[in-house]
Amino acid sequence: MQANTWMGKTKLEVQEVPDPKILNARDAIVRVTSTAICGSDLHLYNGFIPTMRKGDILGHEFMGEVVETGPAITNLRIGDRVVVAFPIACGACGACQRGLTSLCENSNPNARMAQMLMGHPPAGIFGYSHMLGGFAGGQAEYARVPFADVGAFKIEDGIPDEQVLFLSDIFPTGYMGADMCDLSPGDVVAVWGAGPVGQFAVASARLLGAERVIAIDRYPYRLRMATEKAGATDVINYEQEPVLETLDELTAGRGPDACIDAVGMESHIDVAPLHAYDRTKQVVRAETDRPHALREAIMACANGGVVSVIGVYGGLVDKFPMGSLMNRSLRLRAGQCHVHQYVPRLLARILAGEIDPSFVITHRMPLEDAPRGYRMFRDKQDDCEKVVLTP
Amino acid sequence: MGGKDNTRRLVNGIGLFSLGLGTAQLVAPDAVNRMIGAENGPRNRALQRWLGGAREVAAGVGIESRRRPAAWMWTRVTGDLLDLGILGALAGSPTRPREARRRAVIGTTAVMGVLAADLIAARRLTRRGDELAARRKGIEATGWITVNRPVPEVFAFWQDFENLPRFMAHLESVRSLDGGRSRWQAAAPPGVELVWEAEVSDQRIDERIAWRSLADSTVANRGEVEFRPVPGGRGTEVRVRLRYDPPAGKLGAAVAKLFGEAPDQQIRDDLRRFKQVLETGEVVRSEGSPEGTRTRRLVAQRPAQPAGS
Repeated sequence: MQANTWMGKTKLEVQEVPDPKILNARDAIVRVTSTAICGSDLHLYNGFIPTMRKGDILGHEFMGEVVETGPAITNLRIGDRVVVAFPIACGACGACQRGLTSLCENSNPNARMAQMLMGHPPAGIFGYSHMLGGFAGGQAEYARVPFADVGAFKIEDGIPDEQVLFLSDIFPTGYMGADMCDLSPGDVVAVWGAGPVGQFAVASARLLGAERVIAIDRYPYRLRMATEKAGATDVINYEQEPVLETLDELTAGRGPDACIDAVGMESHIDVAPLHAYDRTKQVVRAETDRPHALREAIMACANGGVVSVIGVYGGLVDKFPMGSLMNRSLRLRAGQCHVHQYVPRLLARILAGEIDPSFVITHRMPLEDAPRGYRMFRDKQDDCEKVVLTP
Repeated sequence: MGGKDNTRRLVNGIGLFSLGLGTAQLVAPDAVNRMIGAENGPRNRALQRWLGGAREVAAGVGIESRRRPAAWMWTRVTGDLLDLGILGALAGSPTRPREARRRAVIGTTAVMGVLAADLIAARRLTRRGDELAARRKGIEATGWITVNRPVPEVFAFWQDFENLPRFMAHLESVRSLDGGRSRWQAAAPPGVELVWEAEVSDQRIDERIAWRSLADSTVANRGEVEFRPVPGGRGTEVRVRLRYDPPAGKLGAAVAKLFGEAPDQQIRDDLRRFKQVLETGEVVRSEGSPEGTRTRRLVAQRPAQPAGS
């Protein structure tokens, strides 16, 4: 089959690889009908996530048709349409039973690698490095889905792929970002990053009752999408306006009740020396992540508010404003999305017409153009917001 | 790695070389001084005789005596470095005659060759010393895990020793025999058989199982596992301790190899698989780790793509 493989930093190759086979009794093989490039794939592409190997198949946002099932699968049939949750989860361990499926205790065969870096290991993830399991990803013609009885969600015929594909990751991820804010009526939410996850964080904050939602980015086309499609009430272009000052003004000095970091480890800052400082430390491995957005989100947040982190971080940050967090009773919430617990309720919202997630798609291309898609997405060429690939 | 005989020949050669060179330095320091291009004054003769010769002879005797050869070999490495420093100074000194400097360069090259041999021998001896020490101490591995299943189920699974090879990487098979005994077979290199019989030495239902190999076993070992409920109905805490006392020789080496350099890590990886089997029904596999969690796989991952047929 054809698959998009990681061949080194910023080197991708769509190449012929063997077809997947059932390895575990609860596997299913899915013929991929749609797959997408995620913002977090860019961290792999740019070489910021350790334990990648040449030949790894990328992709953790995908859906398709079941073509084969392992002997222990009873709730799926050949021909079923499914969308697949990006964290791999067994459904039986303590974490899964509490709904924290991105922390599944059984799905990462290489748990010890992640444990060394993080203290305790999180779940395995499709196509996302060997410390997160060494699983082949979904940017391919076929994909093996471990624990498919738990992680492959049936989709009725008649709903286009593009409306449900993002249930695999970015819609639930954005939604969890807003969910972790414990919003109450009247709340003001600020969202750093108007990439696809940021768009869904904005939309979800509205769905969950936020009064005002402020989107922060530097690309006018992304801010336009946030206002026109996701429902942001205000936007801040941080290259034109000072973020803290503007948020202060918008909230008459209170600060947003909740701040969502939808940027993560490769964040950009407009203050050149500061950016150079963090970029340099990253290069020499003195810190792995550039946390500008996170620092700003903490400083901006209202006293007693919530800082919700859904942008991906890989390792260490420095200059972390712990004093602000502690003295102002901020709550810090974070996590890779527990997709499994969100899919049913978000699918219901899609079916009820409350949201059509396809609004983020700006580019569609065949799988073999994946390397071009990654480049366009990373460099924001042609107002690129979200790329969907078709095998 | 180098075979055992190779190492022995190398070490013996170095020992004899040490004795020879040391004797020459003691007996004829002037000749050696001239050879390396050093000034042959009384001070240098004394240095050559006592700093060089005495050291070489001591190292030679130490190595040939076969007691703590690794320590003596490291002494030689240190000495080589000292010699290199002195020779380097001689070769680089602009006040010395050309011919003397040329000789010092030749001497430096020779000592570097000797240093390489010494380093190889020292490292091999150290590694073998560690292995021997480990064998004398025995191999001990401890690990723990929380399994999200009730204690009786977890206890019953372990109590049936035939289940152990499903998650313990070093076991090939365990077969239950009559009278509470069992026959264990470990994964051994070709030509070596690691087989023993064991008996349960202590058992308290839902709390503890201890077992040990029978007195006449070639591979003496014992193990114990304890079970404790996690408060709030959150499953079972499992704590395991294994101990192997490997015999000398080929069998002992095979046992040492079973657990590699990190026995604790190995038992902990075993316990991850134990948890997977109890909670999900089987060992979880990925394309990068197709056999599931394996200590050795962690450093030798396959690419995350399907394997060819």
